[in-house]
Amino acid sequence: MSEPSPWAIEAEGLGKKYRRGWALRDCSFRLPAGHICALVGPNGAGKSTFLSTATRLVQPTTGTLKLFGVPVSDPAVLQRVAFLAQDKPLYPRFTVAETLRLGRELNPRWDQALAERIVRSGNVPFTARIGTLSGGQRTRIAFALAFGKRPELLLLDEPMSDLDPLARHELSGLLMAEAAEHGTTVLMSSHMLSEMEVMCDYLLVLAEGRLRMAGQTEELVPAHLLVTGVASGDDGVPEELRRQHTVVESKVTGRQFTALVRPGGPLSDSWETLSPSMEEVLLAYLRSPDAPTLIADEARIDGGQQEAAA
Amino acid sequence: MSVVEFRIDRRSGVATYLQIVQQVQQALRLGILVEGDRLPTAAQVAATTKVNPNTTLKAYRELEREGLVEPRPGLGTFVSRTLARPDSAADALLREELRSWMQRAQAEGLDREDVQALLNSVLQERYPDA
Repeated sequence: MSEPSPWAIEAEGLGKKYRRGWALRDCSFRLPAGHICALVGPNGAGKSTFLSTATRLVQPTTGTLKLFGVPVSDPAVLQRVAFLAQDKPLYPRFTVAETLRLGRELNPRWDQALAERIVRSGNVPFTARIGTLSGGQRTRIAFALAFGKRPELLLLDEPMSDLDPLARHELSGLLMAEAAEHGTTVLMSSHMLSEMEVMCDYLLVLAEGRLRMAGQTEELVPAHLLVTGVASGDDGVPEELRRQHTVVESKVTGRQFTALVRPGGPLSDSWETLSPSMEEVLLAYLRSPDAPTLIADEARIDGGQQEAAA
Repeated sequence: MSVVEFRIDRRSGVATYLQIVQQVQQALRLGILVEGDRLPTAAQVAATTKVNPNTTLKAYRELEREGLVEPRPGLGTFVSRTLARPDSAADALLREELRSWMQRAQAEGLDREDVQALLNSVLQERYPDA
């Protein structure tokens, strides 16, 4: 194989149309390898459709998708990717040992020692049948299978959603440690915004099938400010604010306005400003599907030569 | 075994990598970390705190820039300088003076918040932008 691609994912004009309409539309971005990326969006935003196209479960209607430079239309791509679906499908009648054997037989790059270590660190007996395990244990076995494959890219669809807080904490730690150990690129969809803030350093935000935001969190989040001040004008948000800055979301309470903005320059002293958390920025974008799209230069497929269209 | 464990406060509004930088500095000041200690690896930090490994590495780079730690390829990141000061005579004297000052404040009827506010304002005056 030639030079490894620095991009774990490159999507260009990616779209998927079902009979009821577009589930994913005109999606263009790239994810540099080595990041842990959150895929965020309300239900029905196209997250699962995107993950399905990346794992060849669904064929895109338009556009192309490459993983490490290999188009997903090439079956060879499957060797480099592991996908863990939300319901963590495993054979309930298999024992843990049999499940790992399945992984070994099906995957040429299988790392048995690694998979066993993940099982052992949770004290899950190898003789237990999958069907008898707790949710946390089952997720652990699914992680063992996924990491045992030694993927370069791990795709997870809401991996922690059905776990109790203890198992969630333990398995998030396991996920992060293994990803750090092997330099695995991770893309995971989740609704747990505050947890994503610590775990992820890259963001993809989808809403209504379109990409709303993409880039490194440390670049995207500080590009926003929470502004409050005295309401004025027709809808309460001062004209001056709209003219010079990009307003993502705004709200008026009595005589006060609050707005999440992308400042286009210095802000007037008459307003109070605060730095929002990642969760606040994400919520604002999710609530405002009409807000202008924000794609960081690095995440653009053309390397940032063009202005992003709203 | 790692010598320190980081605690990440998600509500503090302080960037995660800065929290790690500050906690290492604090541990150095208190003598919890001394020269030659190995900092936990990014994977170890991730396992206990779920912090993104790139965030930990960023914090370590910042500490390296400050000359407090040095990476040894293949081995980890090691403390190269200590910040702990030996308990000097001046320290003991200052502490005694502060204690009697606080006694007076208490006698004047200042409560905890009043004292805190006073201390902070003088601190800010003397040591701007800490």
